[in-house]
Amino acid sequence: MTVKGVHFQGLEVVGDPVALGARYASEGADELVYLDISATEEGRATFTDLVSRIAERINIPFTVGGGISSADGAARLLEAGADKISVNSAAVADPSLIDRIAGRYGSQFIVAAIDAKVVDGVWRVVTCGGKCITDRELFSWAREVQDRGAGEVLFTSMDNDGTRKGYPCDVMAELSDQLDIPLIASGGAGSAQDVIDVLTAGKADAALVASLFHYGEFTVSRLKDCLVKAGINVARNVEL
Amino acid sequence: MVAVIDYDAGNIRSVVNALGRLGAEYVVTSDTRTILSSDRIIMPGVGEARCAMESLKERGLDNVVRSLECPVLGICVGMQLMCSCSEEGNVDCLGIFDTEVRLLKADRPSGVKVPHTGWNSVTGLEGPLFQGIGDGTYMYFVHSYAAGLCAETVARCENGIQFSAALSKGNFYGVQFHPEKSGPAGERLLRNFLLI
Repeated sequence: MTVKGVHFQGLEVVGDPVALGARYASEGADELVYLDISATEEGRATFTDLVSRIAERINIPFTVGGGISSADGAARLLEAGADKISVNSAAVADPSLIDRIAGRYGSQFIVAAIDAKVVDGVWRVVTCGGKCITDRELFSWAREVQDRGAGEVLFTSMDNDGTRKGYPCDVMAELSDQLDIPLIASGGAGSAQDVIDVLTAGKADAALVASLFHYGEFTVSRLKDCLVKAGINVARNVEL
Repeated sequence: MVAVIDYDAGNIRSVVNALGRLGAEYVVTSDTRTILSSDRIIMPGVGEARCAMESLKERGLDNVVRSLECPVLGICVGMQLMCSCSEEGNVDCLGIFDTEVRLLKADRPSGVKVPHTGWNSVTGLEGPLFQGIGDGTYMYFVHSYAAGLCAETVARCENGIQFSAALSKGNFYGVQFHPEKSGPAGERLLRNFLLI
């Protein structure tokens, strides 16, 4: 079951991930990101099987994350059909995990997911769904994951995630300016304008949208129409 | 029968899934005889070029690929290995296409990021691979190295500089993007390849 967390707590089941993934792909999503956010806390016997069932159905890039803590774990997901994996808490605990995965499968295979929130005026990296505040600072950690070989950064502001009040564009732009690798903005989209803002003022290279789609208020193609009207270059589904 | 070359350097699963969705008969193999008896060959590839090239050589597949007479499609690093050499690990490649593979350079002020990750439009489309695919169609790319433009370029793309999005020479074809991940347009390209 796909779950949508509000601040990664109080999880609600929103649908069958295989059917949802296939629907988003057919509607023209540019990429599917499947994060098993309970994976670090619970068992994951069926996770790999689910990944392979989703991969069979979709013809767009597929990123999988949640509880990946070894290169072998990443390898199992690659074999199941993931095009990229994202690492988060395990990389904070052991940053060399990024070097090992990038060294074995290349930078294009590894997305560094970073969750952060403002603590005493400083953007601090948090783990375990926001429960643990680490001593790492957002910008230096983002540069470190880049130097260690991550191919993309997926940044979630825990102050915005699930609020639907928009992405934090100021911190996003600063982060994008500091990185050579693409930055994906995640957490907080409540409207098409929020997505437009983060791709322009926020300088993000991509936006991850979840609840806006999950509850059926918005379709991918409608969002893309809004982006095109705002002058943003997006890939459009072509009729063949 | 389509042979998907398994040389431990590919995201075989996504290519196989795409062939399955197209209803193609395929086999995943590193066996020379199986490859030589197939009528379409796909050489996928992700990872580092030097490792991938060594992996191909260890299996004796470098000479096999060069000798193929049926349509061959290299994808991403699979295409790069068909070029003359790659800057990634400074390795000599198969030399089928007369162009070199070089590192793309990020340029933050103009928003050019490396790896070049995401959907980008391909232009100057030529030949049977792009039958029915319009100029400017978006395909999915994820790569840090790219083949320069040359006489064999049949599609171009830009990320800071212009590079070969597709190459073609005789029975050999190569695409830098991932058709298996490029939605309906990518599926059309794969179907075109199966019909060449």
